Amino acid sequence: MSSGSTAAFRHLLNEIGSVDQVGIEERVAKYTTRSIKKAAKVQGLKLAVSMVDLTTLEGKDTPGKVASLCQKALAPHDGLDCPQVAAVCVYPAMVKHARRALGEDTAVRIASVATAFPSGQAPLRTRLAEVKAAVADGADEIDMVINRGAFLAGEFQEMQDEIAAVVQACGAATLKVILEVSELETYDNIRAASFLAMRVIRPGDFIKTSTGKTSLNATLGNNQVMIEAIRDFYLETGTPIAMKPAGGIRTAKQALQFLIAVKETLGDAWLNNTRYRFGASSLLNDLLRQLEKEKTGAYQAPYYFSRAAESY
Amino acid sequence: MPALTPEKKRPAARSAGRPLPELIFGDLWEYDPATETADPKLKPRYDLFIGGKFVAPASGKYFDSINPANETKLAEIAQANAADVDAAYAAAQKAFTTTWGKLPGKERAKYIYRLARLLQDRAREFAVAETMDGGKPIKESRDFDVPMAAAHFFYHAGWADKLDYVAPGRKVAPLGVVGQVIPWNFPLLMMAWKLAPALAMGNTIVIKPAETTSVTALKFAEIIQDAGLPPGTVNIVTGFGDTGAAVMNHPTAVKVAFTGSTEVGKIIMRSLAGTDKKMTMELGGKAANIVFDDAPLDEAIEGVVNGIFFNQGEVCCAGSRLFVQESILPAVIRKLRHRMASLRVGDPMDKNTDVGAINSKAQHERIAHYVRLGREEGATLHASDDTDPCVSPAADGKGFFCRPCFFSDVQPSHTIAREEIFGPVLSVMSFRTPDEAVSRANNTPYGLAAGVWTDKGSKVFDIARRLKAGVVWCNTYNKFDPASPFGGYKESGFGREGGVHGLRPYVDLD
Repeated sequence: MSSGSTAAFRHLLNEIGSVDQVGIEERVAKYTTRSIKKAAKVQGLKLAVSMVDLTTLEGKDTPGKVASLCQKALAPHDGLDCPQVAAVCVYPAMVKHARRALGEDTAVRIASVATAFPSGQAPLRTRLAEVKAAVADGADEIDMVINRGAFLAGEFQEMQDEIAAVVQACGAATLKVILEVSELETYDNIRAASFLAMRVIRPGDFIKTSTGKTSLNATLGNNQVMIEAIRDFYLETGTPIAMKPAGGIRTAKQALQFLIAVKETLGDAWLNNTRYRFGASSLLNDLLRQLEKEKTGAYQAPYYFSRAAESY
Repeated sequence: MPALTPEKKRPAARSAGRPLPELIFGDLWEYDPATETADPKLKPRYDLFIGGKFVAPASGKYFDSINPANETKLAEIAQANAADVDAAYAAAQKAFTTTWGKLPGKERAKYIYRLARLLQDRAREFAVAETMDGGKPIKESRDFDVPMAAAHFFYHAGWADKLDYVAPGRKVAPLGVVGQVIPWNFPLLMMAWKLAPALAMGNTIVIKPAETTSVTALKFAEIIQDAGLPPGTVNIVTGFGDTGAAVMNHPTAVKVAFTGSTEVGKIIMRSLAGTDKKMTMELGGKAANIVFDDAPLDEAIEGVVNGIFFNQGEVCCAGSRLFVQESILPAVIRKLRHRMASLRVGDPMDKNTDVGAINSKAQHERIAHYVRLGREEGATLHASDDTDPCVSPAADGKGFFCRPCFFSDVQPSHTIAREEIFGPVLSVMSFRTPDEAVSRANNTPYGLAAGVWTDKGSKVFDIARRLKAGVVWCNTYNKFDPASPFGGYKESGFGREGGVHGLRPYVDLD
């Protein structure tokens, strides 16, 4: 890091404040001692279902796999009074197949990971072209990755300019900015990157933890850093930014803990799928299984729930 | 009166523009009650525990112990008089000269380990009893009080056969019979703090729990029986202030230990002046939390909240004075309000309750008095919805509750900034420079604990060194460990509890 970029990082941290790792991990540990029962549990589980971005991001994805994913998104499980998920999330090449499967007239949105996901290591014009192509094929939302190299090198302007260019390329599509927290490593970096991104995206756009393609993905700790950044940014500017933790959230219990964090940090205005999403695939069936248990009083075997999504 | 420049009517705040952004902590997704249902296994009536047996009080009198969350009667507690205290000391003296006092250290250790394990076995039952009797939230009694009490017995059991290392180079011996009086804020834990070192060092004990919280002490008597401690090793006498005075003043006691208010501590010290009794006093506090402008703010707020609202603020080391660097004062007040909004006040037995019931009617009145006083003195009250915080949330109005609150615009001369409130009431003040922070923090008759919040390591050490407090926490608060000594400066008392320092008051050095 050049001395200029060190100064830039210090300057930014002075402006937005730093994060104490020990303290924030103690804070989020308190969420895990909350006990969610009865009607509150059912409501929380349904809310979580409505926030899922049902995801498949594999090299072996085919139109058939995407079609079954879309069907699962539209009707997660028979016999449960259960909402549809918020969106399906696929690679750009799969967007047109998802659109065909979902149809034009659907509440389930199509999100696509563009910008040379997951590394982002392609020329900017290639990344922008990918975004435009995905939007043209029918994507409602674009999940981009930030230029971590630029961020870690202290080239904040470059990182922000690229995000701004993607915003332009998105047109009417909602943007989700993936920070890839495991590559940023420290909570200070995650907070700094959150602010840099929030300053160039639009109200209602998202910041997102991770691609799901690295070792460490969404945790209560980095979720907390990001929702506190969203809160501080909102109180300062009045601009509401949405949040999407992705990867690693596999159980209903985890999802409820993330929702508890949202309720107690950002408040009621973020408890809906325009402000909060889960990037997940196996989570959905665990949510359904818990809902079934709340309804019938007994756990059903996993094979009673259709397996249409396996990714992260 | 001559008219000065007519006061201009200020336009309604931002009536033209958008309203200020604000967060909504409402009931869109409300948690259902999650009540702990374990059986506390209470007896309808508890006798005194003297000479290894439960015995009826000489007077035949009993008083009620009530659940402060709903004001219902939990159990009847025996009221000990001077004759009962005499009997307890006689039993303790006999155990010291014939059994416990003669046991080798490694044998004592076995008994103390057994106490710790038996307490762990019955942890849930004890947590429920503690919460019903004292009003603290079940998550605190479950996650803090009971495990910490067991940890103190485990730690001190390890010391029992290592008396030679308590004061290297010196010969140490048990003292004899010790008298102990403990408070109501951490009934079981304070009992463990007192019993464990005294037992490990080979002493026998007469202990008196507080009148509002005797239940877990008497339940612990069952564990003492189950562990097979020689009769008379630990004797528990219950009652009011006169019972406590009899325990402290008894001629058989070679050492007394007291945890409680500075006011009562002074009375005890006066009455013991001129005797050769050893004393340790752990008294009141008015701890300062100092937040510098370079501190990670959300974590500092979390620590401040933990520091003052833990156990409803009924903690001698509660960080009841908050000093904030002036440049960040508005930000801190806003963040405090937001954090306070998501604290859950109510039924202590609910696993989601963060702040439970105040221990007693008398304490509730004392807190309400200080809240009134703070407003009269001109400070600004902040409570979750800015109404009177000292009102019960229960539909029938029963129970002693006080919602967390804090005062801004507090001046150092205000009573609420000087006296110990012992409730969930925080006084927020500002400072400009580190020197000013230190001098304001030290400007109190107390000196039990303090906290420093800054990102800068050198500042931590500089400030901590200059604070006159027995414990200084840096970038954290309310951290306890049996190996770490705890105690105060000035009117917060003398002597240390915990660690090797806490053993010395319980041994005779030749």
